Amino acid sequence: MADTVDNGVNVEALLGAREALTEAPEGAKFTWRASCKWENGTYSHSTVEGFFGLGEEQERTTVFNFDADHPLCFASEDRGATPVEYVLVGLASCLTAGIAAVAQHREIQLNSVTATLEGGMDIQGILGIDSDVRNGFDGIKVSYKIDADASEDDIKALVAQSQKRSAVYDIVTNPTNVTVEVN
Amino acid sequence: MPAITTVVIGAGHAGLAMSKCLTDRSIDHVLIERGEVANSWRTERWDSLRLLTPNWQSRLPGYGYEGDDPDGYRTMPETIAFIDRYAKVIAAPVHSQTLVTSVAKTDSGYLVSTDQGDWQCRTVVMASGACNIPRVPAIVEALPSSIATMTPMEYRNPDQLAQGGVLMVGASATGTQLAKDIHISGRPVTLAVGEHIRAPRTYRGRDLEWWMDAAGVQDERYDEIDDIVRARKVPSLQLTGSPERETLDINALTSMGVKLIGRFSGIQDGKGQFSGALLNQCAMSDLKMNRLLGTIDEWATANGLDGEVEAPYQLPPTEVEDSPPLGMDFSKGEIGTIIWATGYRPDYSWLDVPVFDRKGQVRHDGGIVDSPGLYLMGLQFLRRRKSTLLDGAGDDARDLSDHLVSYLAG
Repeated sequence: MADTVDNGVNVEALLGAREALTEAPEGAKFTWRASCKWENGTYSHSTVEGFFGLGEEQERTTVFNFDADHPLCFASEDRGATPVEYVLVGLASCLTAGIAAVAQHREIQLNSVTATLEGGMDIQGILGIDSDVRNGFDGIKVSYKIDADASEDDIKALVAQSQKRSAVYDIVTNPTNVTVEVN
Repeated sequence: MPAITTVVIGAGHAGLAMSKCLTDRSIDHVLIERGEVANSWRTERWDSLRLLTPNWQSRLPGYGYEGDDPDGYRTMPETIAFIDRYAKVIAAPVHSQTLVTSVAKTDSGYLVSTDQGDWQCRTVVMASGACNIPRVPAIVEALPSSIATMTPMEYRNPDQLAQGGVLMVGASATGTQLAKDIHISGRPVTLAVGEHIRAPRTYRGRDLEWWMDAAGVQDERYDEIDDIVRARKVPSLQLTGSPERETLDINALTSMGVKLIGRFSGIQDGKGQFSGALLNQCAMSDLKMNRLLGTIDEWATANGLDGEVEAPYQLPPTEVEDSPPLGMDFSKGEIGTIIWATGYRPDYSWLDVPVFDRKGQVRHDGGIVDSPGLYLMGLQFLRRRKSTLLDGAGDDARDLSDHLVSYLAG
């Protein structure tokens, strides 16, 4: 029922973009940016504004702001989410957007989608107590609750396909070269 | 310079099927073969390999299986003998030990140059195989020199390998078969698993290939499928041909002691990095298999087979440990050899006709190349899901030879 399924995703536009960018792959090269300013202690303020894509600079109407800090038990003032929680937010929102897009493409009506995420971490790593313990998460668990007009297997396939096409899932599960320079 | 209507490049099963169809349509032609008939089967396969399709399922135009083991799977010598005999039965005009060095467009057709002289022709059929060059990921460059690497094209048997562990990269038909071959030789195998398609050898008492053939799955056409670009890239089914008709999926391999790890994604400081997406790769594969088996069940019901064959059943999900390893330290000496079972691509380095897309693939519509009089055979999902199978060459050859005849008629 293509005309009755509405998850708020413009699939025609996405497919059109896919077709156009297959013909003109240069336009598919995007650069995403963020800026960060140290405020005090572990507190920093980041902004997200323009990005590059479709062959040119792209502007937004809004500047998005993000406060990051650490909680009180780290002797910080808890003025924002911790950076690792931003990673969870990024993963959750990327997978969830993907589920909506895939569901629309597969003509599945979503009624509700909620996710809870947990990232386990042994902070002996970041505190330098035990060099055998890594700094980052030892694993991330994502739990979805999805109410949709589809079978259980079709819903599982949505979530699986969303992982397959997710940028943040890829960033988290595969290594990425990171270059940090000081100017 | 000899002139002829059609030059067929390659005398494997695809080229021979085309030859038979051209003969039936009174089109004079030659087959140019770099080695002998069935060359890839003779020179580029490992010792324990058997065909993935059962004996009965090799229906070539005017030829088929006549033995007393229709459900068995041919060994390589049997496969070579089968194709060799086909060439004789149809009296295929094969010029063996002749290497094509270029194919170029002329005013009247094509000039096929070989190391044994040139041919002028009106039409060319490229049946030179889909698996000429192993795809090896670029990370091979960053490997420490202490690790030996090999492609399945070079692999014959485990005796070629040093003692010690083997990292098998890729879990499609080749990777899973080689993993077993090597594991039972006593070399511990770790299997790096990316996208793959799980498939049971038999389902409800029948060969999976029988079901896919009977239910019309193998006959699905390139111009009727949802996403043909994707369908042409889908990895091979995790099948093996063995006298025991065993299923060689990931569960079978892990129960033998093969270890699993995610897709091999990078090397840093001599350490291998592996994707954390293994669980999803296996979950996706289970879902895809269950969809295929569901299609089969629906077809069986609709065709009144439910009383005749075993009742439907669910296969257990693929088991993966909760936290598979993400790294591998190559300096520790645990891995002696890495084998890249990461797929193949065809070689068209001799094709001097501007028909390539930006990824270097030949532009074609179901084998009808974007240059009049030029045809392709034997590529994945060329015209049908079965296009690469022995059993798929016949229908494609019939369609394309019909097209070729009408092209010649103008």
